[in-house]
Amino acid sequence: MYQIKCDVAVIGGGPAGLAAADAAKQEGAEKVLIIERDTALGGILQQCVHPGFGLTRFKEELTGPEYAGRFMEKALADGVETLLDTMVLEIMPDATVICTNAAHGITEVKAKSVVLAMGCRERTRGAIQIPGTRPAGVYTAGTAQRLVNRQNEMVGKKVVILGSGDIGMIMARRMTLEGAKVMAVVEMNDYLAGLTRNRVQCLEDFGIPLLLSHTVTRIVGNRRVEGVYVAQVGPDKKPILETEEFFECDTLLLSVGLIPENELTRQAQVEMDPVTNGPKVNQYMQTSLPAVFACGNVVHVNDLVDNVSGESETAGRAAARYALGKLPKTTRVVECVPGNNVRYLCPQRIALGGDAEDVTLYFRVLNPDGAVTMDASCANAQVAHRTAARVSPGEMEHIQVNTGKLLGDAVTVSVEKRG
Amino acid sequence: MEEKLITCTVCPMGCRITVKGEGEKIVSVEGYTCPRGEQYARNEFVHPVRILTSTALVEGSASGPLVAVRSDKPLPKELLFDCMKEIHALHLTAPVHRKDVLIENILNTGVNIVATGEAL
Repeated sequence: MYQIKCDVAVIGGGPAGLAAADAAKQEGAEKVLIIERDTALGGILQQCVHPGFGLTRFKEELTGPEYAGRFMEKALADGVETLLDTMVLEIMPDATVICTNAAHGITEVKAKSVVLAMGCRERTRGAIQIPGTRPAGVYTAGTAQRLVNRQNEMVGKKVVILGSGDIGMIMARRMTLEGAKVMAVVEMNDYLAGLTRNRVQCLEDFGIPLLLSHTVTRIVGNRRVEGVYVAQVGPDKKPILETEEFFECDTLLLSVGLIPENELTRQAQVEMDPVTNGPKVNQYMQTSLPAVFACGNVVHVNDLVDNVSGESETAGRAAARYALGKLPKTTRVVECVPGNNVRYLCPQRIALGGDAEDVTLYFRVLNPDGAVTMDASCANAQVAHRTAARVSPGEMEHIQVNTGKLLGDAVTVSVEKRG
Repeated sequence: MEEKLITCTVCPMGCRITVKGEGEKIVSVEGYTCPRGEQYARNEFVHPVRILTSTALVEGSASGPLVAVRSDKPLPKELLFDCMKEIHALHLTAPVHRKDVLIENILNTGVNIVATGEAL
């Protein structure tokens, strides 16, 4: 079997993997290897031709390929190595990675630490079980995006989009600019799933109707989609069939959520978080297997790539320190517990043992709300506090705590209505 | 007097800004939280502009039939579809590099269409 030795192996060459690999190199890891199944680096950003990336990080509005390009150039200039067109088959607890490609066949990568950066994939029609026939013309929004933006295949002329996720709204604009008619974006919840800016720039700019509290109840058509039925949903989220209305269309795009891609993680028996569907990590983005780190959408689905890059640099630095034997020994673990109106927290735990440091806890709320306070408490004492004008499940929130203040076994984050 | 409620799209915060005025004359701007937001709302009230992104056909590239493109500055919103026609008319030949100017001064707007991806 072909063998490669390295300090840090990074699985995935998208935004998470690129940032992690470069940070690992910067932190002093000598040989850092990105293993990527595509023939090019950049991951999903290659097909995200729209702007809106990098506002926080670079203070300019970049497109996906431009954002990825900056990280690629830097990583390669800093000496990060890559193994492209290579599929990872298995990850061992001791940071050995088994992968395969056409050049070397089955390959064993002996690393000192591994960073999981496999990203996520889309939920499909099967995941949401829309009744009706199974004609051509039903696509996930990201698949349509790849076909339109990279393969020059226009997917349809008259489109209904189910789900108000960001990719769905971005595809509504993209399809409109390419000459298609987008009949409606249909969202089951009574609030937007994606970012407000996308509602403005992608839907309102082009007069595309947004139907909140509605869903697709049936798909009609034999060879090709001929239309879909759309109905209002009640407070119990069940469609009210009397309100069903027929929308003629040849294409249905689904933007109904993303699933972290964790087959390798589960196979390695890393402890998982049932809410995020990603591995549980500490503030170093270290999983329950000490030599295995994780970052980006494989851990929890992010809305902004800027956050992914930041979190991945943390993972890359920590993986390098682990490989060099420099990561502080854990003396005590504090669990991060979701409190009122908090769906999950990431990291899920904080490892104490090193010097006191600030740790940013990322979270999503369960329900939208207006003016709120956000509190973190530990052992009956408030350890962090901030306010926000409004919160929405579609937009990730954060709060910073100092590890020096964590005297108990758990830190709880709660979001409460103000006043 | 006209009053417009504008959702700011400069960053993901999505501040709701109310602008009052008449034509090009703005009387008041309320609800912004940063200077860029205020500027955005003023522009949006007087003359909305947008960054346009798309793809252009390219021949002889190993990375596929398209290369990603953008306007290097925002374009008047009402010209977006006309600009798309110009972009559709492009037939490039590899190699195309990031930042290459593909259409100079599109429709006399002073804005260039540049490559954001690479086609090698």
